[in-house]
Amino acid sequence: MLDYITSYLKSDTTPGQAGNFFWAFVYILLIFLGLSVAVIAMNWLERKILAHMQVRLGPMRVGPHGLLQPIADALKLLIKEDIMPAEADPVVFWIAPLIVVITAFTVFIVVPFGPTHAVTDMNIGVLFMLGVSSLSVLGIVTAGWASNSHYPLIGALRSSAQMVSYEIAMGLAVISAVLMTSLNTDGTGTLSMIGIVQAQQAQQTWFIFKFFPLGLIAFFVFAVAMVAETNRAPFDLPEAESELTAGFHTEYSGFRWSLFFLAEYSAMIAVSSIAVTLWLGGWMRPFPHWLTGETWDLVFSLFPGVTFVLLALITFYSTIRMPKHPYFRVQTIGLAGFGAVLGLIGLLLFVPPVRDRIQDIYWFAVKVAGFMYLYIWYRGTFPRYRFDQLMKVGWKVLLPIGLGVLIVTGILGVVLS
Amino acid sequence: MPQNYVPIFIFVALIGVLIPVTLLAAKLVRPDNPNKTKLMPYECGIDPVDHARGRYTVRFYIVAILFVVFDVETIFLFPWAVKFKALGVFGLIEILIFLVILIVGYIWIWKKGALEWV
Repeated sequence: MLDYITSYLKSDTTPGQAGNFFWAFVYILLIFLGLSVAVIAMNWLERKILAHMQVRLGPMRVGPHGLLQPIADALKLLIKEDIMPAEADPVVFWIAPLIVVITAFTVFIVVPFGPTHAVTDMNIGVLFMLGVSSLSVLGIVTAGWASNSHYPLIGALRSSAQMVSYEIAMGLAVISAVLMTSLNTDGTGTLSMIGIVQAQQAQQTWFIFKFFPLGLIAFFVFAVAMVAETNRAPFDLPEAESELTAGFHTEYSGFRWSLFFLAEYSAMIAVSSIAVTLWLGGWMRPFPHWLTGETWDLVFSLFPGVTFVLLALITFYSTIRMPKHPYFRVQTIGLAGFGAVLGLIGLLLFVPPVRDRIQDIYWFAVKVAGFMYLYIWYRGTFPRYRFDQLMKVGWKVLLPIGLGVLIVTGILGVVLS
Repeated sequence: MPQNYVPIFIFVALIGVLIPVTLLAAKLVRPDNPNKTKLMPYECGIDPVDHARGRYTVRFYIVAILFVVFDVETIFLFPWAVKFKALGVFGLIEILIFLVILIVGYIWIWKKGALEWV
């Protein structure tokens, strides 16, 4: 038994490939944990950043700087009454959030956080991700239909039409990235997520810079399509508050509503990780072929620890700036404690064995976090599109651009080889 | 290898168990006193008119059909993209012929106004 557990550590693959289901299980639990933490953090960060973009303060009351707000919200949702409209279809109403959550989470099986840090690696990785994430349309349509109410039905129809339209542009952009993987010296392309990052390593460039500006345009098409795919601003028509209240999940309340929320944020993280894997070099650190040598390796391996220590310093600075009134004493102590935890994590990340193992995951997470910030930034900046404009962008702009990039990339690839 | 795919089932089974259990557990702590107004479809305070599962615009059907056409095309492009270098010029010309047929259709539906949202 012990042998079964330790045998994986000596192998050089993902748990799924090694056939070690104990470690696969551990990785799955870690992904659950990481996703929950990420969604909670995103919830707080989105409100805070959006508020500061609009010159507000955002949540300030629950915990220092509103840090406990997402947890308070989760508790509130858990003890809220769960209402199902009298005319709804109970079974479908029950299943719909499950479909959405399962599809949003299952995608993370193939996400490569590092050369060995993925639950499993399939030779159809990208197809699997695209396929499973597009299944969430089913959940949205069933949710809208089962509610038996006007707003959810219209929201669900809009949502499905939008996701379906942008999926084509997305697929074309992905194909032009897959095409680039086959420009290796051995000339075989791959759909495996880990293989795609290794192809970028072998070709010594991120695919966003490959055949400049072709890679960039394909990335741009994907970056627009992925915002539409996740129903986020400025393409958030399915849940346009001013016209449809909340779109397909208007009738959902309490914990079931929070499942949709969870699914939306995990879907955002999932598409961002596809973008990072395909175009931004996945787990590779910046300039892996330019800034080489032991000194640079050391410098870049210090980044995770430095990040956390910086966060801790910001927290301590905020602790000093807390009001000195006795009313705020508990909050001040809590904030100092939070900073201490961050600082301890930072110091732990400086220890050599941890430092080397965490690096891949850190760079992957940083790139994904950049996309998450972009999502919030879009929401704070762009006004919402009209539905006919949205369809026009999808069908008349992104689709031809995607096709054109694909054809030109193909011709260039043949001519240059 | 088939063992690559086993974690998918572990994953789906785990979520499929965890979430219903949480939903049922939440039932123990949450209040449950529905009344007629609460159970009405939500329409911002106005009594809902008509059944919700009525007719809706035909545009959505056209989008669905177009999606099927173009998505099947995308699926056909994937194998070519993987074997791109091995197939070389032959594969490129083949795929260009395939794409030209599709682009002609695309221009036709554009001209017909199927991409217009009116």
